[in-house]
Amino acid sequence: MSKNTPAGMAEAPRPGIVGARVQRREDPRLLTGRGSYTDDRKAAGAVHVAFCRSDRAHARIAGIDIAEAQQAPGVLGVFTAADIDAVARPIRATSNMPDYRATEFVPLARGKVRHVGEPVAAVVAENRYLAEDAAALVSVDYDPLPDAADPEAALEDRVLLHEEAGTNLIAAREFARGDVDAVMADAALVVEDRFRIRRKTPAAIENRCYLAEFDAGRQALTLHGTTQVPGLLRDALAEIFDLPGHRLRVVAPDVGGGFGAKASLYPEEVVVCALAMRLGRPVKWTGDRMEDLTATSQAFDEIVRAKLAFDADGRFLALEADVIGDIGAYSIYPWTASLEPVQVVSFLPGPYRIANYRGRVRAVATSKAPTGPYRGVGRPVSTFVMERLVDMAARRLDMDPAELRVRNLVRDEEFPYKSGSGIVWDRAGFQDCLRVTLDRFGYAERRAEQAAARERGRLVGIGIASYAELTGIGSRISAAPGMPINTGTERATIEIDSTGAVTAAFGIASHGQGLETTLAQIVAEELGVRVEDVGIVHGDSAAVAHSTGTYASRSTVLAGGAATLSARSLRAQVVKAASHLLEAAETDIEMRDGVVSVAGTDASITLRELARAFYTEMRRIPKEARESLDLSASATYDPFFGTTTAATHIAEVEIDPQTFGVAVRRYVVAEDCGRIVNPMIVDGQVHGGVAQGIGAALLEEVVHDDSGQLLTGSFVDYVVPSAAEIPDIDAAHLDTESPSTLGGYRGMGEGGTIGAPAAVANAVADALSGMDIQINELPVTPERLFRLIRPDL
Amino acid sequence: MERIDIGLTVNGVRHERQVEPRRLLSDFLREDLGLTGTHVGCEHGVCGACTVLLDGDSARSCLTFAVQCDGASVRTVEGLGAPGALHPLQESFRRHHALQCGFCTPGMLMTALDLLAKYPLATDDEIREGLSGNLCRCTGYVNIVNAIRETAAARGDDTG
Repeated sequence: MSKNTPAGMAEAPRPGIVGARVQRREDPRLLTGRGSYTDDRKAAGAVHVAFCRSDRAHARIAGIDIAEAQQAPGVLGVFTAADIDAVARPIRATSNMPDYRATEFVPLARGKVRHVGEPVAAVVAENRYLAEDAAALVSVDYDPLPDAADPEAALEDRVLLHEEAGTNLIAAREFARGDVDAVMADAALVVEDRFRIRRKTPAAIENRCYLAEFDAGRQALTLHGTTQVPGLLRDALAEIFDLPGHRLRVVAPDVGGGFGAKASLYPEEVVVCALAMRLGRPVKWTGDRMEDLTATSQAFDEIVRAKLAFDADGRFLALEADVIGDIGAYSIYPWTASLEPVQVVSFLPGPYRIANYRGRVRAVATSKAPTGPYRGVGRPVSTFVMERLVDMAARRLDMDPAELRVRNLVRDEEFPYKSGSGIVWDRAGFQDCLRVTLDRFGYAERRAEQAAARERGRLVGIGIASYAELTGIGSRISAAPGMPINTGTERATIEIDSTGAVTAAFGIASHGQGLETTLAQIVAEELGVRVEDVGIVHGDSAAVAHSTGTYASRSTVLAGGAATLSARSLRAQVVKAASHLLEAAETDIEMRDGVVSVAGTDASITLRELARAFYTEMRRIPKEARESLDLSASATYDPFFGTTTAATHIAEVEIDPQTFGVAVRRYVVAEDCGRIVNPMIVDGQVHGGVAQGIGAALLEEVVHDDSGQLLTGSFVDYVVPSAAEIPDIDAAHLDTESPSTLGGYRGMGEGGTIGAPAAVANAVADALSGMDIQINELPVTPERLFRLIRPDL
Repeated sequence: MERIDIGLTVNGVRHERQVEPRRLLSDFLREDLGLTGTHVGCEHGVCGACTVLLDGDSARSCLTFAVQCDGASVRTVEGLGAPGALHPLQESFRRHHALQCGFCTPGMLMTALDLLAKYPLATDDEIREGLSGNLCRCTGYVNIVNAIRETAAARGDDTG
């Protein structure tokens, strides 16, 4: 990567701060147990909430008996829907999409319950033990309603989940380009199947937790919580409680993973705020794992009928897909129910050249926990379907699947390329990612070894998956289709205080991504100071005037862009101040490692001395000059469209013929994530994403029975991969700067999860290619494989 | 509810308290002693985030009652290094980027300490098997294994 060493300088190029493997500043506190997660926070006089939650999937509430709970030891009060609705104004996830029906946002169930785990009553007591004791004493009388759990049956609208909507079809959309029917009819070769990817849940290791404090004297509310989106939450709560921003603050302290699960507005957040105001005491809720598995937003759960037409040379001609997305009980705020399923059809054509495309999607409400953002959003599913079709086509053509991809991936000279759904890919290494992955994997050699292993009867398979995604999305496109909230800008404020310290404030919220380190790197490089000189404030709605938060692979691109703009503007101010103090022309002022100097001389001043001169030694800079200067700068960055991130994954698996367990033996990823800020952190993001994708491919499944009762309410039943199931992962980075973003960054937090389910599915299918078996449903658990391989038993 | 007198040593410091019989060791450490470095991720003994050393052996503090620890010696993550003076295992975790959100990290460290004290850890498979009771959602375990492998190789003097 080229660094901004001035041309013609005699000294050797200085290694850049951006691009360096800088150790994380978060680590010392997190490694020593000195972090500050929400549940670690103590507030004087705090009381605790426990929720009485529905154990029914679909039922009318005939009555709630709270008398016994109210009398239980330590209880301050038991609250139901009317108590919260009296102080919380209604809010809905609206959309500009024509065929969309918003559902109500329900803090506590009003008259009926729509999924197991839905909060029905809130019990406040002096501590969590007593609150949970009393919550068990709340007695809810339910009248059962008919089953509403099956998405295909729900489309028939015989049983309505939201009567006022008049239908279970919450959103519908179609993308079309070209005459798909005619091309399909004429095509020599077609592959098609019905695919299904089962419901999954993000399962961050830290459960959700909220602490609301109300300062009655100032009439000000502060919510500390496990959230990725403090600014977005502040804006929503301001609407709900009719509070101005200066009396409402949302803080995300250290947060133990998010993956999308902590990016939406939750009933529990509204309830703790409402009760803190009502009771005049801090109110805390610490969720447990069962509550996480029943009431945190879930993901995927789609049925996709898809068809790919191609010619005898393997050129893709047309693609068609019909998607049913099971969105669960509510259209989640603010992303809406279209978030996941609509993106399945918008991203389905992937990184391929396909002239004709038609994608239709229907999002249907069922009596399960709402789906919401989850790492990859829509693209793990679209990539699974498309990459399976590519491998099925390769098999039909008797062509190597790598070669078929080479023929159809968009080539360098074709960028910008507009996909069949209207997405424009800017220049990214689609072909390069494939080539580098094959090289690092040793593709030809591994294929030969696979053939030898198969000769010996072993079930070894190799699977490839290529994909492209949009990251760092700007204001022109909403992060969720049709959502009328701006997700395309981020703001930074950087200032030098009277001690000479640099503090950069952002609204994004790091929850494992190491943004305290990477944003400090960007500020340090742009400003001309050392990384350790830069303090980072983030995860606080009071830090900047507007922000939404950290999701959708946006924070490096958007907050990094805002950091760059504001650092450049602040640097110009420092140069002006220094030109007075050092009596030199502005063009001769240099700044490096926090020292401001005059080029070609030994005249210099530290930032600390400069700040003292500016703020306290009033005679050193003339009054007029001081008043026109400001050692503080703010900027908002808008990438407008966003940029492309692409990758190819290869997995090698072996299936145990006795247990039908799938072991992932080798894994290689090459991705084009643009200019890299910190390669150590980029590797870590790829590793973690791939592990979640392997989980989605092989293990993780939220299971309901026909009535909608949850069967996976613990980590014994919902299987998250452990170290024993994840292989070593080789990640290569192409490091080609994005042409579309300030700094050349691309977002890369989600890609691992997008590519891995498809690569593993293709590898499993490859391992079983001698049998007449279709791998069209994920996860391929041992049970599912057993039923496929031994349907006779 | 009835309370019971217990006395135990945590990170070398003796504590005498009265606790309810049902009080979990994890809650005792976090709420009563303010040692919030021990994290609670599942409260049913699967995720391993709450792992501490109980008389030298790794234990799930979310499945252990405080009253069971009467007379015992407990070591938590706060008993390793401090931010300015990390324990070698913590240094290795930092160098290898073996943590992201940090929530599972205290449990990972305490489990790794137990493994390093008891097992050869000669292969990655052995390390991965040893870690299989601790879930991490961020790192994909790759760098955790790297950090422990390096610490295991450097063992010989004192890693405990």
